[in-house]
Amino acid sequence: MIRNLTCIECPKSCALRVDIENCRVVKVSGEKCPNGKDYAVSEVENPQRVLTSMVVVAAQCAATTLKMLPVRTDKPIPKERILEAAGEIRKIKVDRPVKSGEIIAANILGLGVNLIATRDCL
Amino acid sequence: MIERDLVIVGAGPAGMAAAISAYESGVRDILLLERDQYLGGILNQCIHTGFGLTYFKENLTGPEYSQRFIQKIQAIKKIEVSLKSFAVKLSQEKELTFIKPGKLERVKARALILASGARERTREMIHIPGDRPAGIFSAGLAQKLINIEGLLPGKEAVIVGSGDIGLIMARRFILEGAKVRAVIEIQKQSRGLARNVVQCLEDFGIPFYLSHKVSRIYGKKRVEKVDVVKLDENSNEIPGSRFQIECDTVLISVGLIPEIELIDGLDSSSISGLFVCGNAAKIYDLADSVTKDALSAGKQAAEYIKGLG
Repeated sequence: MIRNLTCIECPKSCALRVDIENCRVVKVSGEKCPNGKDYAVSEVENPQRVLTSMVVVAAQCAATTLKMLPVRTDKPIPKERILEAAGEIRKIKVDRPVKSGEIIAANILGLGVNLIATRDCL
Repeated sequence: MIERDLVIVGAGPAGMAAAISAYESGVRDILLLERDQYLGGILNQCIHTGFGLTYFKENLTGPEYSQRFIQKIQAIKKIEVSLKSFAVKLSQEKELTFIKPGKLERVKARALILASGARERTREMIHIPGDRPAGIFSAGLAQKLINIEGLLPGKEAVIVGSGDIGLIMARRFILEGAKVRAVIEIQKQSRGLARNVVQCLEDFGIPFYLSHKVSRIYGKKRVEKVDVVKLDENSNEIPGSRFQIECDTVLISVGLIPEIELIDGLDSSSISGLFVCGNAAKIYDLADSVTKDALSAGKQAAEYIKGLG
């Protein structure tokens, strides 16, 4: 089977042609860098995304004027779990000062992936 | 009036890179003005990844990309940062007036870099007829409301135009538990990057209508629905193609225009020592390209100041 994909690894957005046999990628063409092949294999065999979102900074956290703290997963998570993870993230409130990169919630949905801050909230 | 070697208006990706580059090229008296209470400009609300791929060879979010520059600026004592400072007037002699809480200040710049970014094109600029209810936002404003203020501007959105900010906001709405009924693009292809069509629309099954336009907005107090029509090869409405989509929110994502109001009315091409960079000069697809442009502007400004002796 042939599947046409758009690589999302960088803004070049390469058009990939992917040969698939028994749900496995056997050949990729159209990529302008090695990331294209990795993306194609991942997208066909186990599609994943880094999830970015926001969490609320609790009002009692007087250390900052930020109302919202941007966060992301420190590794990609399975695409089909994104909405579920986003729902979990909406319940989180941060009530302490954090630095960019600090873990806000460990092991989201038991996926072995942490949610980390992407901005200082000091 | 105080004279400064270099005054930079705006501390987003362009202004920050220009300041660092000017310092590294030898300028030792730099005033960096930012209207917001933080450095970083629009990067603060761009919480998605995709920044830094060319400049840092890493995939960063907007705030992470910004933080790299903020840390550098804070380490350079010769760059004076003035926050909550809004430039209101520039003269032919590079005398700049700006307001900050409780103060009106004037400064004469030997060189001036305009790094004031861009503004969003509006509904009025694309002439969508109909009512004028609440619930119509530019995509970047919606982004600020959600990501900075923590306010969700609506529950069911139709997005007009497929600029990158609109595509990114489609995904943000979904991730915040709202619905996106459709993205409507008047052109035959997406205005935004193909990767954003994939990861912001296709990932979430959001309908994407190319060669379609929103021809009317309805709503008494709040947006209630929109008319959508299909366009032919010559961008004319195809008779009988009209359909309606119910929604409570319309986001407008139809491009940016450089914000250069400060030099409106000036004979700007004859002002020596005036530099314009980043989205104030032209609209870039990527922050990395803005950085590159602004690094050059900072260097040019430094050369100019050196030339003055």
